[in-house]
Amino acid sequence: MTTFDTRLLAALAVLAFVLMAVSRIRISDVKILFWFSFVFMVLNNVLIFLFSPEHGCSIYGSRTEICHLFLRYYLVNEQLFYQFNVVLKYLATIPVVIVFVSTTDPSEFASSLNRIGISYKIAYSVSLALRYIPDIQREYHDISNSQQARGLEMASRKQSLIKRLKNAVMMIFPLIISSMDRIERIANAMELRGFGKDRKRTWYSARPFRVSDYIAIAVCILMLAASIALNFINGGRYFNPFAL
Amino acid sequence: MSENVIEFRNFGFKYAAQAEPTLYDINLTIKKGEKVLICGPSGCGKSTLVHCMNGLIPASYPGQATGELLIDGKSFRDLDIFSISKTIGTVLQDADAQFIGLTVGEDIAFALENDRVPLDEMKKRVREAASLLGVDDYLHHAPHELSGGLKQRVGFAGVLVDDVSILLFDEPLANLDPATGKTTMELIDEIHQRTGDTVIIVEHRLEDVLHRDVDRVILMDEGRIISDCTPARLLSSNLLIETGIREPLYITALKYAGISITEDIEPQRIETLSLDVGQRETVRSWYRSAPVEQQAVSEEIVIEARDLGFTYDNGHTALTDIDIAIRKGEMMSIVGKNGAGKSTFAKILCGFEKPQHGGIYLNGKDMSGLSIKERAKHIGYVMQNPNQMINKSMIRDEVGLALVLEGKLTREQIDERVDEVLGICGLYPYRNWPISALSYGQKKRVTIASILAMGPQVIILDEPTAGQDYRHYTEIMEFLRELNSRGITIVLITHDMHLMLEYCNRAVVLSGGRKIADTACEAVLADSEVVEKARLKETSLSTLAQLCGIDDPQDFIRRFISMDREVRDQRRTV
Repeated sequence: MTTFDTRLLAALAVLAFVLMAVSRIRISDVKILFWFSFVFMVLNNVLIFLFSPEHGCSIYGSRTEICHLFLRYYLVNEQLFYQFNVVLKYLATIPVVIVFVSTTDPSEFASSLNRIGISYKIAYSVSLALRYIPDIQREYHDISNSQQARGLEMASRKQSLIKRLKNAVMMIFPLIISSMDRIERIANAMELRGFGKDRKRTWYSARPFRVSDYIAIAVCILMLAASIALNFINGGRYFNPFAL
Repeated sequence: MSENVIEFRNFGFKYAAQAEPTLYDINLTIKKGEKVLICGPSGCGKSTLVHCMNGLIPASYPGQATGELLIDGKSFRDLDIFSISKTIGTVLQDADAQFIGLTVGEDIAFALENDRVPLDEMKKRVREAASLLGVDDYLHHAPHELSGGLKQRVGFAGVLVDDVSILLFDEPLANLDPATGKTTMELIDEIHQRTGDTVIIVEHRLEDVLHRDVDRVILMDEGRIISDCTPARLLSSNLLIETGIREPLYITALKYAGISITEDIEPQRIETLSLDVGQRETVRSWYRSAPVEQQAVSEEIVIEARDLGFTYDNGHTALTDIDIAIRKGEMMSIVGKNGAGKSTFAKILCGFEKPQHGGIYLNGKDMSGLSIKERAKHIGYVMQNPNQMINKSMIRDEVGLALVLEGKLTREQIDERVDEVLGICGLYPYRNWPISALSYGQKKRVTIASILAMGPQVIILDEPTAGQDYRHYTEIMEFLRELNSRGITIVLITHDMHLMLEYCNRAVVLSGGRKIADTACEAVLADSEVVEKARLKETSLSTLAQLCGIDDPQDFIRRFISMDREVRDQRRTV
């Protein structure tokens, strides 16, 4: 969705947090994702302001100055409102992404992708990738420990950037080699059990469509329709309170 | 019943990437319902033979085959991997690496999914296979949450669900603790009897496989079949020693006692072994006369863990009240089943993890303030898989890496040090080779050499011989013994009973994060409660001692080990 309509975004943000609460995800499990998104959001806003301090004015077609800050930077109502919308957009999307990632069973996801016509080989590679991420993380952790014991450090501030990059490459080398072995073993195991025999397959974790699924789809279509409709009503992606 | 299900006729195979064939003149017939063991050292061609049978050759590993291979009467040239997989089910080694599904149920169903079996029937067949193997209570668990034994059962179920008539077990005992290995062989036997399927087991751990009867043992070496007979006949020959396969320990003990092994004494299993009165007396008198080697152990303690306690972030308590003293110059082992806390202990020693309670003392000094790097100068840690430790493509660079990074020595000093270490490790002739050209055992040496270059007093090795055949096992362990004789203290983390018995004077046994024993290895194995908790098993030596009426099996084991060390030393010097 490309909308920047404040009213819709606010509604979606509320909905996203409600979803988050309903999904009963433990905040501690997704803390890192939240932090990452938060840092990214701040960075994004700072950069918007630095490079285009009056972008809001060109969007909303007016300029209501509050005060001068420094150099060519002014505090402007329109810009504040625009960046408020950017923040709102993060708030509306990030929780939904987190809910999706942490509540979707990769196998069910793969089987669903297959059902809407995506080749099961692609669907399966997505599922396998998700399945092996924790293993590879654990392995990386072990490898990096033993490398540190030999004096190979990633995050040492004493070293130049190039040195650190070189070290990172060296550190990843054993991980690549052992991942290759892993891939060969899994590929063999899958082939021996008939993977790739036919163009279609059935799914143990296939879920039949229920009424709630239809409702969910209907709600999604409704939201999409709303965003498209607002596009026409507002005459663009933005809701403009300054023109009222 | 005399139907041939597998028939190799003058079969040979050469990998596309290799100059020399891997298999020569293979003539082998396996009949329906037979249970056959294919045995041989690493590189003998047994894995290639397996791949020819299950279709991974040529599907994944192209090459050139000569002669004929018939599977269920059909030529392998007319079959592909998918049609073969309907007849032959392969259970790969290392159950962990082959789980595809996220839940046990899904993993078992994998073959059926690919066969487009409808959902209702699939669920029914999965339940059947799961209950056959006793894992029906775990259908919704992730395979990785299960214990080693259960994982293996899930792996078996995933193959049995597919109505195959030949079961191929590729090194089913690799990476299993001794007790689980034993139940695995019982399980395979049970499946064989219940289904009447043909069973082919490929494994080099002979004594463990022979825990249950097999009809025939096919012995391979250098790409050829060198023997095809009953286990009793094979054990009565000298072929095992010649090919570098470990004989069952009780057989070796009988030989030391001077008893000739013949088919009459039914040597295939310790349970079937029948010795007459005279033979028992021979064993007894050998026992009385065998010398016991006295080993001087230093009293000086190099590393001491005092009252150690550790809990992971996720709340799992891995270690509680651990007191372990490692003496200077000793070679000791830390044993226990998976998850007992062995690796966590090693990680704490190296500073990878910080204990919440207690501390580690090096020569009496508290180490808690030292960083990973600083500790590494005193305590070296060698990971199980050498590929996980190697960063460089050339041997010299790899061994010198830590010194180069430290940046204190000059290029010449580093070269000198590297040469010295390469010399100790027997790698000097290969010093300018690329690491990719080395064998597994040599790579292991490179990783040990790169740790030695830092000059540690103590080296900790995690399962140094996992998955290795007897020849490589001996090679690695003798090398460690030599390092030990140069004054380096060696700590082995293992669940290999042979390893601890043959090479260590002392074992610390962990179970559920607590220390449950800290004593001589043979005493550990004599304590049935400890054996049970640590998933070890009684050795056939103590059974033999009982059979011959020797009332101190511990002492019998001790004398056997001394004798064995002596014999091996002689063999080495010859």
